[in-house]
Amino acid sequence: MIGIEHYLAVAATLFVIGIFGLFLNRKNVIILLMSIELMLLAVNINLVSFSHYLGDLVGQVFTLFVLTVAAAEAAIGLAILVCFFRVRGTIDVEDVNVMKG
Amino acid sequence: MISADIQTVLPEIVLALFAMAALLGVVYGGKDRLAGRLTSLTGLVLALIALWIAYTGEGTRTAFGGSFNDDGFARFAKVTVLLSAAAVLLMSRDYMQRRGLLRFEYPVLVALSVVGMMVMVSAGDLMVLYMGLELQSLALYVIAALRRDSAKSTEAGLKYFVLGALSSGLLLYGASLTYGFAGTTLFSGIIEAASDDISLGLLFGLVFLISGVAFKVSAAPFHMWTPDVYEGSPTPVTAFFATAPKVAAMALFARIIHDAFGGIVGEWQQIIAFLSVLSMFLGAVAAIGQTNIKRLMAYSSIAHMGFALMGLAAGSVLGVQAMLIYMAIYVTMNIGTFAFILSMEKDGRPVVEISALNMYSKREPLRALAMLVLLFSLAGVPPMVGFFGKFYVLRAAYDAGLAWLAVAGVIASVIGAYYYLRIVFVMYFGKESEALDGAMPVFQWLMLMGSAAAMVVGVVNLFGIEPLAAAAAATLVN
Repeated sequence: MIGIEHYLAVAATLFVIGIFGLFLNRKNVIILLMSIELMLLAVNINLVSFSHYLGDLVGQVFTLFVLTVAAAEAAIGLAILVCFFRVRGTIDVEDVNVMKG
Repeated sequence: MISADIQTVLPEIVLALFAMAALLGVVYGGKDRLAGRLTSLTGLVLALIALWIAYTGEGTRTAFGGSFNDDGFARFAKVTVLLSAAAVLLMSRDYMQRRGLLRFEYPVLVALSVVGMMVMVSAGDLMVLYMGLELQSLALYVIAALRRDSAKSTEAGLKYFVLGALSSGLLLYGASLTYGFAGTTLFSGIIEAASDDISLGLLFGLVFLISGVAFKVSAAPFHMWTPDVYEGSPTPVTAFFATAPKVAAMALFARIIHDAFGGIVGEWQQIIAFLSVLSMFLGAVAAIGQTNIKRLMAYSSIAHMGFALMGLAAGSVLGVQAMLIYMAIYVTMNIGTFAFILSMEKDGRPVVEISALNMYSKREPLRALAMLVLLFSLAGVPPMVGFFGKFYVLRAAYDAGLAWLAVAGVIASVIGAYYYLRIVFVMYFGKESEALDGAMPVFQWLMLMGSAAAMVVGVVNLFGIEPLAAAAAATLVN
């Protein structure tokens, strides 16, 4: 029988994969965007499974808001990335280094 | 009643409608030719809404089933946010015009991010909190990359975006856990679920929420984006980042820990004290080697956030009051300092090197004096107003039994005083070198002199913000 804890475990795993993707990835900024998306979708799994478990619709409403904001966030991220590419001619993470830190 | 709900959020609705109408009007009316006038108009509208909120708001009202609060605390934070955003807009017009940076998107995005901040500080529900935070952040990512043809500015935008999205993700994960284990997203419901004995899931939710917001206030160890974003963004945008969003995020911090988790002060007190002590020392030590004044201001703001968090760590009415006073003083000082930085130029090009200030006092004695007052105040030297800000948070921490934190704060502020005084030294006793030139536009001059004068005159009664902050804090903590 699959219970709430299985869903939470999947969500936690995806979330951690997303965070590691952000920090360990040394190649490409697009992969950063994918990692961010993965984190937000992990949160959605959490919210929907809690919502079903509690018999409360608020969680699913929250999910819809998160999906909408995630779409807007990806759009803005890609737009900034396009500007960056026009100036620098590259989207490698290693080249995001004009300023130290 | 839906009309009563609308009444409560009327300032936010008016500002959002203004931003959208301005966008439409400018796109069809003349694009960047109108940008200068729109910037001033937006600044004026923000100031008017601040006055409206300050003079008509009274009592505590909630709207939309408790998910939106209009109380004294929210109004205090909103007025601070609106006034500082208005001041930044008014003083940035001239700078941006001369650099060819004045695009009509700038005032519109600032107005929209201010709507987000107003929603944040009023949030009474995790969903509202998230929507406000994202509206603010998404607008800020774009204005960090406002100078599209500059490698530094686009890089600042990209870094801010990636780390900001990470912090939103952490906050959201915390929100989902809190929802799951408390069974509701309303703060009023969470505080019932989170009294004395709380579940492990709820505790994890709280930790994730705190780390998400700590990113937004740039508290160490979540500060790494701050210096790069401050350095890379155009200076007026940096001035904006250093003021309004910080107040809003700090108010949101107070809102979460008191409105939603006010029953378990013991659980979060240690976390916040830790963030506070780390930020104060990191900000003080890392700023010492900086040669770029914008990076220096970034570390300075990290240290200041550490002091404001000290007020929150106290977990009392006095602590929240101290935090509010501290933030109001911090914003005033920063507006004056950035007005000065905006005026630093040579042959029409902006200069951000501290060494360019050598013997500045000889050429511009009045401006150098104003900057001296502001730097003393930032360092917390008595009798400037900045000292009283520090005094309130230290007292709050001491009264709450966190004497070690107060002692650490005093040590950190002594270390931090070094780099502020170094700028004063350079201005008054530095080497002879090529001087900066360029006149100061009237609004920047007014902001610089006004804020420096406020740092001196304010010692009389802090312009009466003390009782206002006390009343505001009393509505939050109970």
